[in-house]
Amino acid sequence: MDLFFTIVIIFLLLNIALGLIRVWRGPTVADRLLTTQLFGTTGMAILLVLAGYLKQPTFLNVAITFNVLAILLVIGLVIVWNKRKGENP
Amino acid sequence: MSIKELITIILLVIGCFFFLAGTLGVLRFPDLFTRLHALTKADNLGLGFIAAGMALHIASPWAAVKIFSMWLLMLLASSTSCYLIARFEKEKDAPKNKKEEL
Repeated sequence: MDLFFTIVIIFLLLNIALGLIRVWRGPTVADRLLTTQLFGTTGMAILLVLAGYLKQPTFLNVAITFNVLAILLVIGLVIVWNKRKGENP
Repeated sequence: MSIKELITIILLVIGCFFFLAGTLGVLRFPDLFTRLHALTKADNLGLGFIAAGMALHIASPWAAVKIFSMWLLMLLASSTSCYLIARFEKEKDAPKNKKEEL
């Protein structure tokens, strides 16, 4: 069971590494922005598996941080959007 | 191996499959909108399967409630940011006159 959890965590980390390719090649800003969504979701899944693997419920609270980071992306987008609208009214 | 562990393993494997599908979609799809479609649906479904498996493995009711509410929050955040990113890109391409008509 421990070996299986380790394999799942390594697999999810490889997913994040593959997502970095899109950050490197992404033609537009929005392409790079959408990978933060991938990192938030995958990072939260890694922390959930770690919480079960190490039997420490504290990792669940760390996973909430990734939730909040995904919400911060929305706030940042709205700020950038309003700035762009202000420049070209 | 008990039946609980077997169900956990099956749920985690299904979740990993959906994560792989989402990442491959982000890498291989040609357009920004199709990439958003692949990412926000497949990844959150995979997260739901992994959350269900880990809630079963931890086997504490309060942890299960916490994991479930975290998944709901992630669904809300990802759908909102998906909509915002798509609209961000669409308004950049649209001509200004057309935007005022709408």
